Amino acid sequence: MLNMQPSLLSVDSIALSFGGLLAVDRVSFAVESGQIFSIIGPNGAGKTTIFNCISGFYAPNTGNISFNGHAIEGRSSHKIAKYGLVRTFQNIRLFKEMTVLENLLVAQHNIANRNLISGIIKLPQYRKAESEALDKAEYWLYQLGLTAFANREANSLAYGQQRTLEIARCMVTEPTMLLLDEPAAGLNPKETEELDELIVQLRDMYGITVLLIEHDMKLVMNISDRILVLDQGRVIANDLPSEVQSDPAVISAYLGEEE
Amino acid sequence: MKQNFQNAIIATVLSFVLLSLTIGGLIQVEGIETTVVARPWYVVIGCTIVFIIQLFRDQLVFVFKGFGNVLKTLVRAEQIAEHAIQLKGSDRFNPLFYLTVLICLSVYPFIVSDKLWIGMFIDIYIYILLALGLNIVVGYAGLLNLGYIAFYAVGAYTYGILNHFYDFSFWLALPLSGMTAALAGIILGFPVLRLRGDYLAIVTLGFGQVLVILLRNLGSITGGPDGIGSIDRPTMFGIEFSRRAKEGGVPFHEFFGLEYNSIIKDFFFYFLALALVIFTIYVISRLVKMPIGRSWEALREDETACKSLGINSTSVKLSAFAISSFFAGLAGCFFAAKQRHISPESFEFIESVIVLAIVVMGGMGSTIGIILAAIFVAVLKDYSQDLQEYRMLIFSLILIVMMIWRPRGLFPATRPFIKLQNRQKSQECGC
Repeated sequence: MLNMQPSLLSVDSIALSFGGLLAVDRVSFAVESGQIFSIIGPNGAGKTTIFNCISGFYAPNTGNISFNGHAIEGRSSHKIAKYGLVRTFQNIRLFKEMTVLENLLVAQHNIANRNLISGIIKLPQYRKAESEALDKAEYWLYQLGLTAFANREANSLAYGQQRTLEIARCMVTEPTMLLLDEPAAGLNPKETEELDELIVQLRDMYGITVLLIEHDMKLVMNISDRILVLDQGRVIANDLPSEVQSDPAVISAYLGEEE
Repeated sequence: MKQNFQNAIIATVLSFVLLSLTIGGLIQVEGIETTVVARPWYVVIGCTIVFIIQLFRDQLVFVFKGFGNVLKTLVRAEQIAEHAIQLKGSDRFNPLFYLTVLICLSVYPFIVSDKLWIGMFIDIYIYILLALGLNIVVGYAGLLNLGYIAFYAVGAYTYGILNHFYDFSFWLALPLSGMTAALAGIILGFPVLRLRGDYLAIVTLGFGQVLVILLRNLGSITGGPDGIGSIDRPTMFGIEFSRRAKEGGVPFHEFFGLEYNSIIKDFFFYFLALALVIFTIYVISRLVKMPIGRSWEALREDETACKSLGINSTSVKLSAFAISSFFAGLAGCFFAAKQRHISPESFEFIESVIVLAIVVMGGMGSTIGIILAAIFVAVLKDYSQDLQEYRMLIFSLILIVMMIWRPRGLFPATRPFIKLQNRQKSQECGC
């Protein structure tokens, strides 16, 4: 099949080593707009390292990453976020002592009216911008069922709600693509199911492309359009979910080599 | 009990050795002769105290715990009260309260009508200005700055130099001093951006020291250790407060047909300082509710998360440094105008410590707490003048005790309650 449209995110043979350890070894893949793309693999396979390369926390030693027409390898993370590529973290990183609502307001920093003078004397355009920011925050609180906690400190939320808040915080930045790093970790089965629906909803209703790292196979197989399997920094499969499940290389990576 | 007794004996023997070496002897220098006078009583008293404390340790801990529980109950009560306010959703801004405070502060100088008492309040106002400014960096952005007084010095010297060499008036120099200090903040900020916590504290500490040394040695510009003298006092719309005005001017008392009284000048300074404080409180209370203030706090909470959301942490840090230094610059300019004479010794490290103590005591990020702490510390500083270098000990002790008992300050900052606009129907709330 000839695909004329360039991929939204394309990773071209990136490699990164820490000391002598080659964490990511010439990994290439492409995520098309509107896909839910999952990366799976055993612990230490280099999944999060790839995430960090894409989101600008690490610079790959070699290789190129392009997002929406911008070359982003080695760019600082805040610039990449401005292009519309935002991420969540494996260990939740909220602004813990700020309220839920404030978390969502801070995230809109780049869209906010940051003119000091108009803020200090509360000019109409500043009030309007703030009111819009608040509207958007409220919208996402409502969508994700967090309205009742708006003025609670973020760290007082239950674990699952903190995960949801982290996704809400990404959404208020109006991203094109979300990188979710193990969003189901620590969630109970019911919460995982809700997360499953949420991710699909984000894609279907808001056109968000999702790149997902996840260990919960049920979730991954349910919602992924395509799955990339990594082992020891190398790609061992990049295929549809049904194909990946029966791939002998994947099975041996997960279950160990047959004698 | 037996265990305690053993411990007490060991501790006493140890302290005997230590105390004998430290306070057991007094070195006296008379001419070229140096003698050591033994002071056995000091050692005996010291050892006795150690022995008793160690022996009755359990009981003392019990007493302290009781005291701690009382404190905890108080804190709890305060939190419940605050929670009630939050639930009601009322803004904590109460215009009547602020108006009353403002009226009290406005009539205060006329009631006391005494230079010393007015002067004390002016000092308090300067400390409030400094502490509110430092609070931006330390309380909101979470960057420890131990050389804050250097920016105060930059402000003071900016006015001093501009006035001495170029005859700038106070009102023109005031914003310039603020801006110069802000610029100094940015210049210091750039190289230290990668540093956090202790490392940043050390660099800022060094900056404070270097600046004082610079002021002492740049004789041709800063006047060296003598400093800069006869700086012009500010005028009120061109009217001077001296007995005789400069040529062409009319002094205040003649203008209003009053008899000359030097206290009029103190009234003026008092209200000038008050106006600066009100201006600062207003601007900072706005700033922290604005995107810039929110980003300072977010930076304190989690820098990595900030970056991942597209917030440029470099510019956020620089803005915190610059704006906090700006207020130090304003305070410095006012200080120079009030003293009419500035010299490096007004900007020693102890001043940085005092301002930091105010911020820590008041509760990082809490404006009301900082104002009350500034009053407390300024008064304490005034009355502890005779204690000389022991003052340092007192302020260090305050910092340590605060960190143990109330690490978030006497009046911890509360999160702002933002009322939802409820454009979307909310099911949970139903209001």
